[in-house]
Amino acid sequence: MTPPVRVQAEPFDMGHELNAFAARVAGAGAVVSFTGITRDLATGGLAAMEIEHYPGMTESALTAIRQQAMARFGLADAMILHRFGRLRPDEPIMMVATAARHRGDAFAAAEFLMDYLKSRAPFWKKEVTAEGSAWVEARTEDEDALARWSPRD
Amino acid sequence: MKLDIRYFAWLRERVGTASEQVETEATTVAELIAELGARDEGFAYAFSDTGSIRAAVDQELVEMDAPLSGAREVAFFPPMTGG
Repeated sequence: MTPPVRVQAEPFDMGHELNAFAARVAGAGAVVSFTGITRDLATGGLAAMEIEHYPGMTESALTAIRQQAMARFGLADAMILHRFGRLRPDEPIMMVATAARHRGDAFAAAEFLMDYLKSRAPFWKKEVTAEGSAWVEARTEDEDALARWSPRD
Repeated sequence: MKLDIRYFAWLRERVGTASEQVETEATTVAELIAELGARDEGFAYAFSDTGSIRAAVDQELVEMDAPLSGAREVAFFPPMTGG
């Protein structure tokens, strides 16, 4: 069976991944997915996106985030797939999918997974252009987005 | 105490290495940063903006006052940009 958390250099087919996930959770009622795709720069000059990660910590951080989402939203299942290495513009970088009895939990859990993995999973992006390369800076909005998930009383 | 240190992203580029083993008496992450930052210009530059540095001890994200007792691996990196 496909592991629920995968970190890989290889490209993936989001349609294939989503169909496989939906087949595993038959009967859940609601499946939500999100796919992140390499965005070109405003200047249109992106040659590649290089993604570095921390092997070992990446897998354990993603596994912990997934388990939190499973418990908090009572999910039937959740999957996280994230690539590393050199990606071209318009290539899928990562995806999450969630399955629950009702859409509210499936949507919320997908947002929760995305908010956490953006600033708590050890990945770093570098944009490569003809002029050179630059590390993508973390946005304060991403950190703020985590605040809404602070533990409920 | 012997520690494996790992560096990622621009921190790795600024210190000029991805990993190394150090012998240290530092008791917290902050003390280790002070020790590394005092080595030479490259390390001083890499660790100058402590607000932009995150740390992990044995692959768990920690605060700067986290103790190092019993630690095997410490990693330093900028804020994460996954997703």
